[in-house]
Parts: sequence; C-alpha cells; structure tokens
Amino acid sequence: MKWINSTGRFTIDFIAQQGNSVILCLMTILAFIKIPKRFGLFIKQVYAIGVLSISIIIVSGLFVGMVLSLQGYNTLVNFGAEESLGVVVALSLLRELSPVVGALLFAGRAGSSLTAEIGLMKATEQISAMEMMAIDPIEYILAPRLLAGIIAMPLLIALFSLVGIYGGALVGVDYLGVDSGAFWSQMQAQVDIQHDLMSGVIKSVVFGFVVTWIAIYQGYSCIPTSEGVSRATTHTVVFASLAVLGLDFVLTAAML
Amino acid sequence: MNNKWVEFSTGFFTISGIVAMVILVFQATNFSQMIGSDVYKVTASFDNVSGLKERSAVSIGGVKIGRVSQINIDKESFEALVTIEIDNQYDQIPEDSSLAVYTAGLLGEKYIGMTIGGAPDVLKEGSHINLTQSSIVLEKLISQFLFSQSDKK
Repeated sequence: MKWINSTGRFTIDFIAQQGNSVILCLMTILAFIKIPKRFGLFIKQVYAIGVLSISIIIVSGLFVGMVLSLQGYNTLVNFGAEESLGVVVALSLLRELSPVVGALLFAGRAGSSLTAEIGLMKATEQISAMEMMAIDPIEYILAPRLLAGIIAMPLLIALFSLVGIYGGALVGVDYLGVDSGAFWSQMQAQVDIQHDLMSGVIKSVVFGFVVTWIAIYQGYSCIPTSEGVSRATTHTVVFASLAVLGLDFVLTAAML
Repeated sequence: MNNKWVEFSTGFFTISGIVAMVILVFQATNFSQMIGSDVYKVTASFDNVSGLKERSAVSIGGVKIGRVSQINIDKESFEALVTIEIDNQYDQIPEDSSLAVYTAGLLGEKYIGMTIGGAPDVLKEGSHINLTQSSIVLEKLISQFLFSQSDKK
C-alpha cells in the first residue's frame, strides 16, 4: 500500500514544482523593469549566453544546411525537380530546423551552463549571502539571464538559418551542379516572409524563453549539493529538449 | 575577462544577428514582390479554376505582370471569381484581353496567361474580364477522348 502513498507524494511534488516554477517565472519577469539599472550585468549575460554559443551554432548550421542540400538533391533528382532545391533547404531551415535544432543546441550549451552556474551559487551559499545584503537575487541573477536568453535566441537562430542556407547553396550549386539562378530565384519566389521567416522567429523567441526559464528554475531550486547540481543540470537539458519539441508541434499546428 | 572584449563581442554578436536577419529577408524570401504595393485590381469569372492558388502568377507571353490575390465564388452565377493584382506599370492592357489557366511546371502549378485583345479602352482598377478559359480537368479530357473514340466507330 505504500506505493499509493508514494504516488500521491510524487504527484503533489510534481504539481508543487510546476507552481513554484511559474511563480519564479512571474517574479523574474516583474524584475525586468529593474534591468536598466544594472545594464552591465545584462550585457555580460548576453555575452555568456549568446556570444559563447556562436561557434556551435554556426558550425552546426553549416553542416545541417549542407546535409539538407545533399539529401534533398538525392530525392528531388528522381522527379526532375532538382531546381527546387533552394526552396527545400530554405523552407526546412527557416520554418523548422533552425528554431528546433538551434534550441536543442542552446539548451545543451547555454542551458546547462546557466543551471550549473546558478546551482553552484546556491550550493556555495552565495544566494543566501546576497539576500543577507538586501540584494534581491532574482533581480541580480535571474532576470538578466532570462532576458538575455530571450534576446540571444532569435539572433542565434538567424545566424543558424543564414549559415545553413548559404551552406546548402555551397553544396547544391558548387558541388552538385544545381543552377545557381534557379536555386535562388525559386527560393525567393516561394519563401514567404510572414509564413516562413516570421514563424521561425516567433518559435525562436518562445524557445529561448522556455529553455532559459527551465534552466534558471532548475538552478535556483536545486538541492544545494554537488549531486543536486549535477542532477539539476541533467534535468535542464532533458526537460528543455522535450519542451522545445513539444512546443514546436503546438506552435507549428497553431501557425500553419 | 577583459571588459572591453565582452562589450565588443556582444555588440558584434547583436549586430551580426540583425544583419543575418536582414540578409535572409532580402535573399531568401519573396520580399521584393511584397513591397510592390502599387498595383490595381481586376476581376475575372471562370467556369473552373481547379489547381489555381492565391499568389499564382499572371503573365503575358510568359512575363509576370501580376498575381492572383483572391479566389471566391460569385454569389449569383456560382462561377469562380478571381481577383488579380496587376503591376501599375502595365496600365495599357486592352479591355478585351482574355485570360486562361495554364499549367507551368511538371508539378502542375497553375498560372493565368493573358492574351491581348485589340480594344482601344484599357483595363483599370475594378475592371471585369469576361473572356476566360478554364483550367483543364483531367477527367473531362479523358471522357472527351473516349467520347470521340466511340464516335469514330
């Protein structure tokens, strides 16, 4: 009969966690107004979250674009439609691959580093020390990171898409022999700013918010031991990846 | 960490992200077609426009002069009412020009081809074109063929 108890406890804990997470999110968003006072902190977070992720985003974008071009050509050439390769590469990247793959990489790199940093601050009692000095840790630590995540993601995704499309053009035009004029003109005719580009941007903003929120919540509410921090970091990557994929489906269905 | 490097690289990152977005808008999307909002609208009735989509091209002799903006059903005659937007620079099209729905590529994209008539008056905003030819429906073509075969016997 004890398993009924533990199921109940698990459910209550789970729901309480969701509630805590939302409360933390709301308090962090309310603290956005105080960010201009500590603008240097915010810039430092944009650097830590955004700039340091550039290398992985660009390299991944390049390879994703090139593989897409290669695979797309292989299939399209069966229908004599290889001139539509530009459309295939651009649409897949802008609509789906850039936001989703970029968000997964972001969760793995920036999300885990955020969680580890905040968790370690909690474990070494820096957060309690701040509260003692009447500095609100949400204002000082969490809010800059959340806003930096929301702002850095669309920029990273734009870079991903750009490098991916040009990588796809490199493979398609220079290596596979698709006509350059057809590649770009078909892409420009069929890719719509609102349907395709904008939906990618909206997705990237939402994903940036969700991934950073999960990361800072996990860090802020982890068990303050080294095992707790490592578990929180794992949770961040797993939950953020699942959330990104689930939200991707919801957003795609809503925007299509 | 050197403070100047942090600020410089963050600024560079932000600018490059925005520049990447701008390049995407200009190079990868149909931006140039959207900003041409100096068009005039003309309507036309068709019997059948199956396969024609909104934003399909309208062309004269293969040169694109505008695109389809709306496809509705006329409430009285139940014919397909197609609204096309023609670029303002093509304002000398005779009023009795005719439209027909053709197929563009192997994948069956439909477009509207315009054949020029000889009337002195030109198409203006709100003109209506009556001379139209519907798109070819495969089943009708086959039944026509079979009918003509049975006729010969």
